[in-house]
Amino acid sequence: MARMRVRQAIAAALADAMREDGSVMLFGEDVAAAEGPFKTSEGLLAEFGPLRVRDTPISEMGFVGAAVGAATMGMRPVAEIMFMEFLGVALDQLVTEAATFRYLSNGRVTVPLVVRASTGSGLGFGTQHSQTLENWLTATPGLKVAVPSDAQTAYGLLRAAIRDPDPVAILEPRVLYAERGDCVTGDEGIVPLGTARVVRRGDAVTVVALGQTVRTALGAAERLGTGVEVVDLSTLVPWDRATVLASVARTGRLVVVEEAPASGGWGSEIVAAVTSAAFRALQAPPFRITAPDVPVPYNKGLEARFSPSADEIEYQLRAYLETGEVPDPWWRREGVAA
Amino acid sequence: MYEIRRFEDRVNELFARGAIHGTTHLCAGQEALDVSLALELRPTDTVSATYRGHGIALALGMTVHSVLAEIMGKAAGCTGGVGGSMHLSDPDVGLLPTFAIVGAGLPVAAGAALAFQTRGEDRVAVCVFGDGAANIGAFHEALNLAAVWKLPVVFVCDNNVYAEYSRIDVTTPLSDLYRRAGSYDIPGVPVDGMDVAATRAVLAEAVARARAGAGPTLVEAKTYRFAGHSRADQATYRPAGELERWRERDPLTLARVELLATGAATADDLTALEKAVREDLDAVTDTVAALPDPEPATMFHNVRGATA
Repeated sequence: MARMRVRQAIAAALADAMREDGSVMLFGEDVAAAEGPFKTSEGLLAEFGPLRVRDTPISEMGFVGAAVGAATMGMRPVAEIMFMEFLGVALDQLVTEAATFRYLSNGRVTVPLVVRASTGSGLGFGTQHSQTLENWLTATPGLKVAVPSDAQTAYGLLRAAIRDPDPVAILEPRVLYAERGDCVTGDEGIVPLGTARVVRRGDAVTVVALGQTVRTALGAAERLGTGVEVVDLSTLVPWDRATVLASVARTGRLVVVEEAPASGGWGSEIVAAVTSAAFRALQAPPFRITAPDVPVPYNKGLEARFSPSADEIEYQLRAYLETGEVPDPWWRREGVAA
Repeated sequence: MYEIRRFEDRVNELFARGAIHGTTHLCAGQEALDVSLALELRPTDTVSATYRGHGIALALGMTVHSVLAEIMGKAAGCTGGVGGSMHLSDPDVGLLPTFAIVGAGLPVAAGAALAFQTRGEDRVAVCVFGDGAANIGAFHEALNLAAVWKLPVVFVCDNNVYAEYSRIDVTTPLSDLYRRAGSYDIPGVPVDGMDVAATRAVLAEAVARARAGAGPTLVEAKTYRFAGHSRADQATYRPAGELERWRERDPLTLARVELLATGAATADDLTALEKAVREDLDAVTDTVAALPDPEPATMFHNVRGATA
């Protein structure tokens, strides 16, 4: 085990995967000579050379498509999307091409591709460089989606994704790149896709979090004391129903904490599935703590309120546990929006 | 070429009788390009093509049985009946699943070529696409990427004059699309896509260039779409006399004249060959029509693979 930053864990995962398998290659904007705009590919060009570590033009449709094509011919490309929004111009290649080739070839053309994209608010990058946008990808059969929350999951999910036989999108919360954590590397450090982790035990409420909301949910849970169980969902597609349902069976309450705006968010899927499967185990209505339905604002104070903060999560959990009712979000409590 | 033409006629008939549903995109008039391409490639090369893909699938060596069964949605089709007319594929003949999104096959072909280049293999990727695709971003991004990385790929524009229902001159400021190669500093070569010998010569050079590591070429084959865009389109928008003029240069007629003139075949040879093609097509049609539809469980197959 070593102490490292999330960005270093990503570079370590890429390096270990490239050492293990000669078909693994990395490309994206500024990933080679500059070692990545967020330094997630430090040392890779030097070790693996320009054939396997390539700088691309600013051309996401082109290079994501090229990654799809290379994958069909037996390579295991990792394509880096600097900001999640940039995937918009390449969605066809991921959603309509990569995710369907296995289906449209009787299983004979496969796309073992990984697309990594940095996501989320918190660094003041402004509206078009701060969205999370998981819901662009979660309704596409054939495509897996995972979100790391710390150095270990950043390393382990990426290793698992590169070994996976199908396309996987890894959405990396940008605000976590500089965070330090303990990280086991090598095979023991691999985090299987589709497995959630209970990161804090409690018996009063299950809080399902993802990516950067895991640490804020944990912060709120610490202040509330015992009782709050926090589940790091880790993989959005396919999500780990068994772990979530087992937790809700113990606690009888479910709260989902999301970084993105409320409408159409992944938490709706979790709440709907748990409500249908475990209705009688629930002692209170499940609910979601999300961002409001607005674009991400730039101003530091506004941006801090956009994403669910530890203060907001703490307030809502406390109210929920005390009353058994679903509390209003801050913008409704303060009368600034409906 | 004769088999492809009769196959497309047969698909049209089966559609009219209700034996094929949804939509189809016929390639009559464009057979010379499909056949030329197949003749200039090795089995280890790879091809990305479009939803107008019956011809290239047959030319590359997929069987009439496999292709027709897929178009009729049968379990015995090349993708088990889940793909249909627009999604034919067979890795054994080098055909990636054909693309129903205009232009999407260009970056994918560049990526296949990237795999070959990275591994030091002398394989070539070819992308066939229409004139309509020359206006979508994927065309420009793929050509740029392939040029800057000198990828072993040949981009073949099958310029059949119409992008869906719209004539090229109302959508595109130039009708000689090969000239766009200049923007990427790669060779751009026009060719009479109705003429097999001419098309083969141009493709041979482009494929050899890619195989030798000299980078991509943009080939523009000038062809003409004898049918409408899709099943629903009667192509009433064509200028009067345009179809008739192009039909005078029907690739089947030109090929027949060439074969007879060079002595490669006699009229009797061709008559016998055509008769055999028709009889085989009739027999396969009857066989395929009687095949079972896929089981319901088929739709759950091949969505994702087993995780190691």
